[in-house]
Amino acid sequence: MSAFKVIRYGALAVGAALLIGRPVEPRVTAIGRPEIGGPFRLVAHTGAVFESGDLRGKPLVVFFGFTHCPDVRPTALATLSQDLRDLGPDADLLQAVFVTLDPERDTGEALAQYMQAFDPRILALTGTPEEVKAVAKAYKVHSEKVPTAAGDYAMNHTASVFLMGREHRFKGTIAQGESREAAMMKLRLLLGLKAA
Amino acid sequence: MPPRALSRRSARRALVAAPVAAVLGLPALAHDYKVGMLAGASPWARATPPGGTVGAGHLSIESRGARAERLVGATSPVAGHVELHAMTVENGVMRMRPLDDGLEVAPGGHVEIKPGGYHLMFVDRKQPLREGEHVPLTLEIRKAGKVDVEPVVERVEASAPTGRGRQAGPDGDRTR
Repeated sequence: MSAFKVIRYGALAVGAALLIGRPVEPRVTAIGRPEIGGPFRLVAHTGAVFESGDLRGKPLVVFFGFTHCPDVRPTALATLSQDLRDLGPDADLLQAVFVTLDPERDTGEALAQYMQAFDPRILALTGTPEEVKAVAKAYKVHSEKVPTAAGDYAMNHTASVFLMGREHRFKGTIAQGESREAAMMKLRLLLGLKAA
Repeated sequence: MPPRALSRRSARRALVAAPVAAVLGLPALAHDYKVGMLAGASPWARATPPGGTVGAGHLSIESRGARAERLVGATSPVAGHVELHAMTVENGVMRMRPLDDGLEVAPGGHVEIKPGGYHLMFVDRKQPLREGEHVPLTLEIRKAGKVDVEPVVERVEASAPTGRGRQAGPDGDRTR
């Protein structure tokens, strides 16, 4: 192979590599834990103002939904109620909150009625649409209204349960559909207890 | 309602109208009513928390026939109307979608209207659904016609039926 050819093929190879294998600059915008959460202030179904900052030092279990959901939210609330019972007195060391994404329909009154079916330690929170939207944004929770056949609407939304440590920093999630055993283990770890 | 044998009218329908059979989910309770091509099994509904205006019903539908069938709708006296929805979870986001065209049951196949997949939603619910009660529910099957079932109301956190739901024949004859 002549020197000319080496140079020509070499140039071609470099060109091809530039075109095909263009290295992607790794862009690191955050390291460590994702920026999820932040202080918020809403109104509980009990009528009391809920200020998350007042609970510093207490882990939070935060999840979102709407009560006009026939299947998933009642199940999640009932399952969490059972988890709290299973944790026993340790459950008092955390605060579980259910934030409605549908404040127009889920008023304090509606939530007060709804929550009678669940563990009284779970607080259901509502607020103005703007307040609720701000909390959802802080938790990177997606929500959108979906029209149903009867001119009514349901909501698509992030169904994960957010586990926030004592300083209310994001520790992890319990995914929709995760086993009860896994959920219990995560709650125990959140409380600094042994996993099982 | 007292048990009743298959009436002559429904027996005739069984022969001419490709009817729908309804069998119970649990063998101990099973009431053989295998006249048709389709079987609905183990209907149940979720108990509703106080307040709220919706509820959910579930069942499985099995086809024994040689042609596709389709659940196109449902009605119930406990609700203004009943809608069929699909539910999926993608990237942690729960999505609900009304099934405007109903749900097909392939020949020899079956569909399960169960939590995490599909539900029948009782919209404008007129009364609470209390554990242990039975909810009248009429399924509208495209070719086979109307089928009455009576889902039993299970605990609010239930994920599967206990098999206490009642079913009925194609023209409303109770099977138990």
